[in-house]
Amino acid sequence: MAIESDVVVVGGGLAGATAALSAARGGAHVHLISANESTLRQASGLIDALGYPVADADRGAEGGGAGADAAAGPLADPFAGVDDLPADHPYRLVGADALRKGLGLFDDAVGDLYRGGHTDRNALVATTSGRAKPTARYPRSMAPGLVSDERSTLLVGFEAATDFDAPLAAERLSAAGVPFDVDGVTVAFPGEYRADAAVTRLAHALERDEDAGGDRTTRQRLADRVRPHLDDDERVGFPAILGDSHVEEVRADLSERLGVEVFEVPTGPPSLPGIRLSDRLFEALDDAGVSMTTGTPVVDFETEEDGAGDDRIDRVFIDRNGARIPYAAEQFVLATGGLVGKGLGSDRERATEAVFGCHVPQPDDRMEWSEGGAFADHAFARFGVRIDGRGRPLDADRAPEFGNLTAAGGVVGGADVAREKSASGVSLATGLVAGRTAAEEV
Amino acid sequence: MDLRPGADSCYKCTSCDTSCPVAEVDDSFPGPKFQGPEQWRLKRKEDTEIDDSITGCSNCMRCDGACPSDVPLSQMHNTARGEYVDNQMTKLSREYLRNRILANYGTLAGIGSKVPRLTNAIMGNSLVQKLNERVLGITAERDFPEFADQTFRSWWKQRGGPNVESDEKRIAYFHGDYANYNTVEVAKALVRVYEAFGYEILVPDQRCSGTPMFANGMLDDARRSAAVNVESLGDAIEQGYDVVASCTSCSMALRQEYPELFDFEGTETVAANTYDALEYLLINENVIDPLSEVDAADHDIPDFAYHAPCHSRNQGLDRQAVELFRHLDGVDVADVGDSCSGISGTYGWKEEKYEYSMEIGEEMFEHMEHAAGETGMTECPTCSMQMEHGTGYEIDHPLQVLEAALVDTDVEI
Repeated sequence: MAIESDVVVVGGGLAGATAALSAARGGAHVHLISANESTLRQASGLIDALGYPVADADRGAEGGGAGADAAAGPLADPFAGVDDLPADHPYRLVGADALRKGLGLFDDAVGDLYRGGHTDRNALVATTSGRAKPTARYPRSMAPGLVSDERSTLLVGFEAATDFDAPLAAERLSAAGVPFDVDGVTVAFPGEYRADAAVTRLAHALERDEDAGGDRTTRQRLADRVRPHLDDDERVGFPAILGDSHVEEVRADLSERLGVEVFEVPTGPPSLPGIRLSDRLFEALDDAGVSMTTGTPVVDFETEEDGAGDDRIDRVFIDRNGARIPYAAEQFVLATGGLVGKGLGSDRERATEAVFGCHVPQPDDRMEWSEGGAFADHAFARFGVRIDGRGRPLDADRAPEFGNLTAAGGVVGGADVAREKSASGVSLATGLVAGRTAAEEV
Repeated sequence: MDLRPGADSCYKCTSCDTSCPVAEVDDSFPGPKFQGPEQWRLKRKEDTEIDDSITGCSNCMRCDGACPSDVPLSQMHNTARGEYVDNQMTKLSREYLRNRILANYGTLAGIGSKVPRLTNAIMGNSLVQKLNERVLGITAERDFPEFADQTFRSWWKQRGGPNVESDEKRIAYFHGDYANYNTVEVAKALVRVYEAFGYEILVPDQRCSGTPMFANGMLDDARRSAAVNVESLGDAIEQGYDVVASCTSCSMALRQEYPELFDFEGTETVAANTYDALEYLLINENVIDPLSEVDAADHDIPDFAYHAPCHSRNQGLDRQAVELFRHLDGVDVADVGDSCSGISGTYGWKEEKYEYSMEIGEEMFEHMEHAAGETGMTECPTCSMQMEHGTGYEIDHPLQVLEAALVDTDVEI
């Protein structure tokens, strides 16, 4: 016996969630299995599609370095960059239309939480390190902070939240030539908290507007502390800890108290925008009738031969503290992430796909995995399974590995998502296709 | 036990700290990252004692699930707490005595349940409650759980054991202390539901799973209990029984804490063959089809506000009840969110923790009140206490709902 569904999706990040939603909208009963709480909770909450072009011509260039992409500057329109990508890039394989539909599925799932869907063009969002990141979608709470907006800006950091050095970020943005005046200031977070209080603790203090002593609430006191620094700034950016699920309420209140628009600057993990996005997507999955099991890794699988002599996956097994629990389905989606997400494993000899052992193209000589510079054009950055146009992982002879498996997200190779700024878009485009193919075959 | 690899796996992302319900309300508690990898490193140094903030941890184990790097946080906490209690806590202190009493609830319950009405009368007396708080530090805010007139084991014996015999479908029921002495109706529901599905049930010898002992650092007590359980359950497994528990903290202890803390012969076998009661049915039986035949409105089954206990969440079982009862027509089962109930077994019974416990539970109480039903549902007996304490609702176990839908009706299984 086994727990049965039409489609099993292995992996609970953005790609897994997208594939599950896509398959569920195609009419399938989906079971999503995630080894840990969703990695979205660590994510910035920005949804990039393609920020920098990394064309075929750049690949294998001596030394790499920031190279052509930095010189070329950020892409205004990610869709316009797709045709210049290498032929085995996931966008080329599943098509720009899949990216468009993947973003559409995302927009529909997150609703009013996000902005950016009105245009094909990238927005530039200021990060905590004072850079401008090209991104296709961004949380509504970050909308007033866009770098293309020319209003003068005050960035405010907290002594307790050391991830964001506001004066330094302001200095860097100025040096990068942003079209507005920007200053940074650090204030003490209102109220009495541990010096190393969790960001969620501070976020909840703002959301609940807790008593911050002296008959003043957290938000009142925060506004009091920021006001003297406000000069003639027209907007104020805080690290993204302005509440948990009621960020708009907190932002509206602070905006009113300060008399200028308030926005959030995306922060590193643990990230409130990532937690909010994760919550929203899993709500959408719940509404779509998707079943979910979290905290249990898939450790094994069984196949059966179909009539034509090809292998099909019959079931996967999760490990629940030593017990092996079988999950059977007609179709399976692999969305376990790349080298960082542990969907790919590696040792001194080989890089491998961790669950089904799918083929991972790579240089035979390990010395060719990487180049000299930290941000160079490394071969390992493109490691992953290769898929066909319907999302099926291919073996060394370019035939589907299994008759009923598709793959999505970081486990799919061929894209250097860190250099291109394309991680989310690749997850959305391949997730859409992987889920659609699975549902079609149920 | 070498915890070095686990400590080295931590890359300080602090996801565990944001998942910790205690750090959320108690500013003196430094959080799981400190209690785990950092405390472990500190105590490598000679002369460095374990920081007493370890006693603030409620052992909800949520940090385990939050960690993206598989750091064995709760194992580190259990180990550090055990060492703290053994080496640094005064055995004559009120705190030690109180914790020892709370941790060994089953022993006291065994005595108290011999004269259930008398015990209920004494423990329900407000003067006794005040005395408990003053002398022992057990909060007077909570009503002591009532003992059933007849224990489950006595009922089972009187009934003559199993009504169903089977060579293929056999489970050994780990009821734990609470379903034996207090919520006997949960244990009876398990028997009726499993027998309806054709299972032969064995009720093996057993002691407390150890959950309250781990939480209080009483590792010697836990080891003694575990030795009995592993031997008894191991024998049952050898005879072809799978172990099934109705309390998710009991199954958690048998599956995770035993292998992490003890190395009796058979510990791993018991872990690999132990299941939660609902989980086991869903793997092995078609529960959905018969459930889909039933209309709850015809059988007075109410709407429910469901809370997933932390120890069910950590086993990846937090969604199973909500997803299963979608198939039961006429019932709305609302998930009241992913917060901790706040009681964490013995934590919320401690006088100095009571306020924190209620503060943690606040979100759950609010969500329960917003949900359609005025009946709660959960797998955990102490979450159940907290849910009732905060809202006044009656709380059922999912097995009782299955009993009402599948056994008390004439639906064909």
